[in-house]
Amino acid sequence: MSVIYVLLSISIIVALFFFVAFIVSVRSGQYDDSYTPSVRMLFEDELVTESSKTQESKKIEQTKMN
Amino acid sequence: MNKEKCFHCGDDCDIVPIVFKDKHFCCNGCKTVFEIFESNDLSYYYDLQSAAGATPNEVEGKYNFLDTPEILDKLIEFNEKKHQIVNLYIPHIHCSSCIWVLENLNKLQKAVSSSQVDFPKKMVRIAYNPEKLTLKQLVVLLAKIGYEPYISLDDYDKGKKSVDRGLIYKLGVAGFAFGNVMFLSFPEYFEVQEFWLDQYKNIFRWLMFAFSLPVVFYSAQDYLISAYKSIASKILNIDVPIALGVLVLFVRSTLEIVFDWGTGFFDSLTGLIFFLLLGKFFQQKTYSFLSFERDYKSYFPIAVTRIIAGGKEETVQVYDIKQGDRLLIRNEELIPVDGIVLKGKARIDYSFVTGESEAVEKVSGDKILAGGKQLQGAIEMEALKSVSQSYLTQLWGNSVFSIDKTSKFQTITDKISQRFTIAVLTIAFVSTFIWMFVDSSKAMNVFTAVLIIACPCAIALAAPFTLGNMLRIFGRKKFYLKNTQTIEQLAQLTTAIFDKTGTLTTAQKSTATYEGLTLNKEEESLLKNTLRASNHPLSRTLYSLLAEQDILTLDEYEEHLGKGIVGVLDHNNIKVGSASFVGNASIINQENTAVYVSSNDTYKGRFVFSNEYREGVSKLFSEMQTTMDLGILSGDNEGEKERLEALLPKNTPLYFNQKPEDKLGFIQSLQHQGKKVLMVGDGLNDAGALAQSDVGIAISENVNVFSPACDGILDASKFKQLHQYIKASKSAMKIIKLSFGFSLLYNLVGLYFATTGQLMPVIAAILMPLSSISIVLFTTIATNLVGKKLV
Repeated sequence: MSVIYVLLSISIIVALFFFVAFIVSVRSGQYDDSYTPSVRMLFEDELVTESSKTQESKKIEQTKMN
Repeated sequence: MNKEKCFHCGDDCDIVPIVFKDKHFCCNGCKTVFEIFESNDLSYYYDLQSAAGATPNEVEGKYNFLDTPEILDKLIEFNEKKHQIVNLYIPHIHCSSCIWVLENLNKLQKAVSSSQVDFPKKMVRIAYNPEKLTLKQLVVLLAKIGYEPYISLDDYDKGKKSVDRGLIYKLGVAGFAFGNVMFLSFPEYFEVQEFWLDQYKNIFRWLMFAFSLPVVFYSAQDYLISAYKSIASKILNIDVPIALGVLVLFVRSTLEIVFDWGTGFFDSLTGLIFFLLLGKFFQQKTYSFLSFERDYKSYFPIAVTRIIAGGKEETVQVYDIKQGDRLLIRNEELIPVDGIVLKGKARIDYSFVTGESEAVEKVSGDKILAGGKQLQGAIEMEALKSVSQSYLTQLWGNSVFSIDKTSKFQTITDKISQRFTIAVLTIAFVSTFIWMFVDSSKAMNVFTAVLIIACPCAIALAAPFTLGNMLRIFGRKKFYLKNTQTIEQLAQLTTAIFDKTGTLTTAQKSTATYEGLTLNKEEESLLKNTLRASNHPLSRTLYSLLAEQDILTLDEYEEHLGKGIVGVLDHNNIKVGSASFVGNASIINQENTAVYVSSNDTYKGRFVFSNEYREGVSKLFSEMQTTMDLGILSGDNEGEKERLEALLPKNTPLYFNQKPEDKLGFIQSLQHQGKKVLMVGDGLNDAGALAQSDVGIAISENVNVFSPACDGILDASKFKQLHQYIKASKSAMKIIKLSFGFSLLYNLVGLYFATTGQLMPVIAAILMPLSSISIVLFTTIATNLVGKKLV
């Protein structure tokens, strides 16, 4: 068996892997709305700081209670 | 004067703004929303975008129908004991703050497990626990924070809809195969007699064959099916030469590799389909937040309150309303059926129906029509007809609404493809015939080569890319079209018919002229101050039109519902209201709305209200008159006739007192004379005419609010640009014709190779993408140049 068969099958497997990933992503609805995620992405940072703040404050409250 | 903007919604605050935590609010509603957000750690809402909110409306009792299980069942997408998912349409969604706050609903209400916004569609998908929170409570909560969902009869009928992702899959498959085939066919382009290549070429070829199978039989199936249908109905559309090219490419390539004649054209085949689908994808761009298919169902509520024996109230689905039912219509609710007022004072806004924004007063015993909105307090009415038989809804029984307009129209591409297909087939047969005598072994080769190279990829791409891009440019200029075909039809129009109320006139602003004895200073001041206290829309309008006066406190103020108002100061009194109220017996010309004024019980004069025409109406008409026939179709009386005649070019035909069916019939009769008719309207009463016309355009003050079924929605602020848009559509058609010229040139070059029997796969593989890409570039640049000229 020549090495070219190995290479070809690897390249096709890699290609197929991405193809399946594409199908899965369409199926899950990722292509239905291409705008909102771009905005949502920008919130994430703010959300984390805010929730961590509230978590911190909760911790502080807890320590106070202790 | 204090011009403070509301911190929540950005409206101008009243003279005395409500101040809370150093922030100004225009009303208590806005303040309440701010408090809710503030106390739930959601004030980041205001950091994202300032003044993003909306003033919440009164919702008391409005959503009682959401307690009815059958209705709930139709609205909820996923229903389990502890888990429900609902999709709600929220018209107010307009900025990133909206997305943020709606996706953080669980901070406000713990029973909400997740919520996701689809911004382009203005939809929010909410999952919640129904044991802790009913849909009604959820909707009320949303309404309370200014995000009131819009639930209409349409949602009830539609049921659960599925998303069509077919084109994306097909495009994905074609792109995937195209890339791989390109990569596999590359070695054989240049190294023909190479040792290693000869060893392995079969595996390469069969792999390409395998990759092309899903492309031909899945990705290209729409073209094959459409071509089959078109031949069956004896019309040659553009899909016929495409399908022919695809099939010939596939069969010849397969034969080539089976009999080891060559590598085949799998690269061109997959590339062709990939580019074609790309064009289709580009053309498919639609405005998902707009709907062009609306009928009365989008306006009507799902259920109303019925009063049964013993004065009990129950929720009834509107389709179940029977003649003789007693219905309770609350403030801001829509009247679902024709009926008679039994109790209460009705003030009905028919703007959905006629575009006329001024409310009509009705008392007990008067007949009211379906489609009106009750504006003040609750009324009881008796139904005279069922929903489908009401005056307005009957219109939808007309066959116009069931005909698909797109199927009637032959596009420019279809027209040219007819001649093109015949020409290609002739060339193919003639050259094959000639080759039979020259070298018969090559004859079949030449025949297939002609069909392959003539496959009209570039022609098929010219229209989608030009029109698709034009559609996007129009969209940026607030002119939203239903599909690309509408642009082609815009370019062919010969006649334009306009509705008057709400289309040529603005919905809100009115002008008033004073007729009668001149009012002195004191009277003027008293009038203004009396009007200040009244909430009646006419008083508000008149108040804003009158000159500024000092604010005085009246000694006495009385409001007589449905009649008028009285103000007293320093023993002077002023009466404002209807003619009979102020004591003027002689009523002249009742066709226009007027407010009568008397001072100290002597009649002074009246303010006659007239609609204000949109800016640029006169100019637009004189511009359009040079290329088109114009006309006005109005549902109103002739009260405005003189003003219209002064405003519009001479000899513009004006038709008044037109019923919805009359408008439809009028358009039809014009079409029978062979005219291509543009109808510009706004209300549901124009719906028939909009559907019947070749291009129906709805004018909308706010594109997010509802407009009837049409081919295009034009933002009211761009009304004066209408002619520019029509001209731009004509330019777009010129661009398409030029691109046809270009692609024919490419075809001639290709045909030279094909008919002389020297078509190599590499030539096809270069020519096809080259022609397609250059066409795409040309159309994109040209349409953008046209778009730049638009204001």
